[in-house]
Amino acid sequence: MTRKLLTGNGAAAWGARLANVDYVPAFPITPQTEIIETIAAWSDAGEIPARMVTLESEHSMITAAGAAAATGVRVFTATSSQGLLYGMEMVYTVAGWRVPLVMVNVSRGVAAPLTLESDHNDIMAARDSGFLQIHCSTCQEVLDSVLIAYRLAEDKNVRLPVIVNLDGFYLSYTREPVEIPEPEAIRKFLPAFDTKNSKFRASTPTSQAVAVLGGSPYSYFRYETHLAAMQAIDVYGDIAKTFSQQFGRNYPAIEAYRCEDAEIVYVMIGSFSTKAREAVDQLRQTGTAVGLVRPRLLRPFPTKELQKVTAGKQGIAVIDQNISMGKGGVLHTEVASALYGKSNAPKILTSFIGGLGGRDISAEEFYEMVKVTKQAINDGVTPEPRLLYTRDEYREMQKLQAIAHVEREELETTQ
Amino acid sequence: MNEVVMQHMTDLPSTHLLGTGTPMCSGCGGLEALHEIYDVLGKNTVFVNAAGCMTLLSVYPFTPFRGSWLYTAMASAPAGAQGVRDALDILLEQKCIKKEEDLEVVVLTGDGSAYGMGLSATSGAIERGLDFIYICYDNEGYGNTGQQFSAATPHAAKTATSRGSSGFAGYKKDLFSIWAAHKPSYVATVIGSEPLDLARKIEKAKQMKGPRLIIALAPCPPGWDFNPRDTVDIGKLAVKTGVWPLKEYIDGKVIHNIPHHRVPVEDYLQKQGRFVHLFTPKRNEEMLNEMQARVDAYWDAVSE
Repeated sequence: MTRKLLTGNGAAAWGARLANVDYVPAFPITPQTEIIETIAAWSDAGEIPARMVTLESEHSMITAAGAAAATGVRVFTATSSQGLLYGMEMVYTVAGWRVPLVMVNVSRGVAAPLTLESDHNDIMAARDSGFLQIHCSTCQEVLDSVLIAYRLAEDKNVRLPVIVNLDGFYLSYTREPVEIPEPEAIRKFLPAFDTKNSKFRASTPTSQAVAVLGGSPYSYFRYETHLAAMQAIDVYGDIAKTFSQQFGRNYPAIEAYRCEDAEIVYVMIGSFSTKAREAVDQLRQTGTAVGLVRPRLLRPFPTKELQKVTAGKQGIAVIDQNISMGKGGVLHTEVASALYGKSNAPKILTSFIGGLGGRDISAEEFYEMVKVTKQAINDGVTPEPRLLYTRDEYREMQKLQAIAHVEREELETTQ
Repeated sequence: MNEVVMQHMTDLPSTHLLGTGTPMCSGCGGLEALHEIYDVLGKNTVFVNAAGCMTLLSVYPFTPFRGSWLYTAMASAPAGAQGVRDALDILLEQKCIKKEEDLEVVVLTGDGSAYGMGLSATSGAIERGLDFIYICYDNEGYGNTGQQFSAATPHAAKTATSRGSSGFAGYKKDLFSIWAAHKPSYVATVIGSEPLDLARKIEKAKQMKGPRLIIALAPCPPGWDFNPRDTVDIGKLAVKTGVWPLKEYIDGKVIHNIPHHRVPVEDYLQKQGRFVHLFTPKRNEEMLNEMQARVDAYWDAVSE
């Protein structure tokens, strides 16, 4: 085993390398580009056998990825944000093909306004596609999750593509020490891809992805895909257990930090959960019983695990780094639907939206969320969702607006 | 079979590979061409399809193809071909499959995809030198949705979205030249009503490597508004009038089959309801002259 300082992007590339992927259709987009640059460099130097091809768009990239997987090779690809959205038709389509490929998404906010920095609206847009989703919070987890994702995708009871998600900038460009497992150990954990009957061969002609007529066959295949995704919860559990036994790192579907005796728990996904973890430690020192619940699997959604880990708590504070216009946080809705009507479910479920487009969530804000949730528990009333924004930020924003106004006026008077 | 063998109609394949009973319309010029193309290409093929009329050929649980089929989406069939071709090459290289298991990868799309939504993906596939055949059945409109005009619709044709007295205001896009500008291995135009010419070109394409692209003009009875029994006649007139030039791009040159005695363009137009407004209630002499002049100018430029 070797230890290297790797960025999140580097860790993703290493995951693909160790998975011994055959084919990498690619298209550059910030902040994902480093992944394909890394793989291209290995490929050019002959260090890996994978064949790489740069398509002319993400729509084509995901089509080629799905088509190659349908022909029977192990496929890796990666994208971000606008790229994921540009390819969205094919994200849904190849999931319906039931092809087991792995795609890394480096989360970045979506336009408009255009930004390069991170939030989760891109990955949430893929939520209902049929791709399974694993969300990472460290660089080590990125590498390990790519390996876990292949085994999950290729399982005969699943056969679905998987997205491994990491946050742009915060993880993609941050170097952390990462343990790189030995290829031999990987081969034991992840055997060669068995294409089974998904293939195109002269001797076994096949029609794949054909049209259906009427709602009945359509519903059948859609339900079948959903049920395969549901089966992935138990399959994931088994894989995570094997991984832990073999490599000593534990990745349950839901990570629970200091939850046992907690009265209030944060629920959030991604790298910012490390900030929440720090807030938990700080609040614990002041005698506040707080914990952190971090779903790693978002699809399939680990409903039972969430019910179990939150049972008997007084309140939950959900932090969403996404915003569904006209509704609010997507994770908040997911958590509510998983817990509503359950006898042991916490009465209070507060919602906070923050960290959009790379905006930080400060320690003070984490403390404030607990304060608000505590107050709600005392009042017995869940407050309206909160959009995190500080007075200082607003003042800075007003300055920008003032400049914009001055510029506009000057333009108009000189005309 | 090679080019030399195909000198007479009797040299054409006598067994037909594509199954019958498809949901295509009667008299479909696209299906006519596909039948002929498939007979030459053979069953060791995988058709990668984009959204269009022919998407309905393979509807669960039936398919008329003896070989394989993959439906992708409207914009990205050439990218699907890239994935299949690359995967087959990888498997051959790794000796995971035998040479006999290899397939010819064939993109099959209508003009809506080829001339418009899929053009970027096609351009990418050609520029990457993808080893594939592209078949475009060109019925000059979005046929599957009821013949709205597309980038392949000819000037003055009435379509579901150009019902006005002058028909379609735009001009048919020159896809042949756009494709040829990429310098692929081969580009050709064909039509089902000229089966010998078609078979020779497909046979030629089959012997080559790299991007090989074929546009088949596909007379469309419901879309062009004519009796299904006239599909072959209209196809023949498309060639005889010079409206549909049969040509090839190969080794950097364009070679035409030059029609010896071109008949007037209006012989072709008046057989189709989509051009009826050029003849009734009043003959539109100006427009007919303009259309004839455009075809004449094309052929004048060819013979220069």
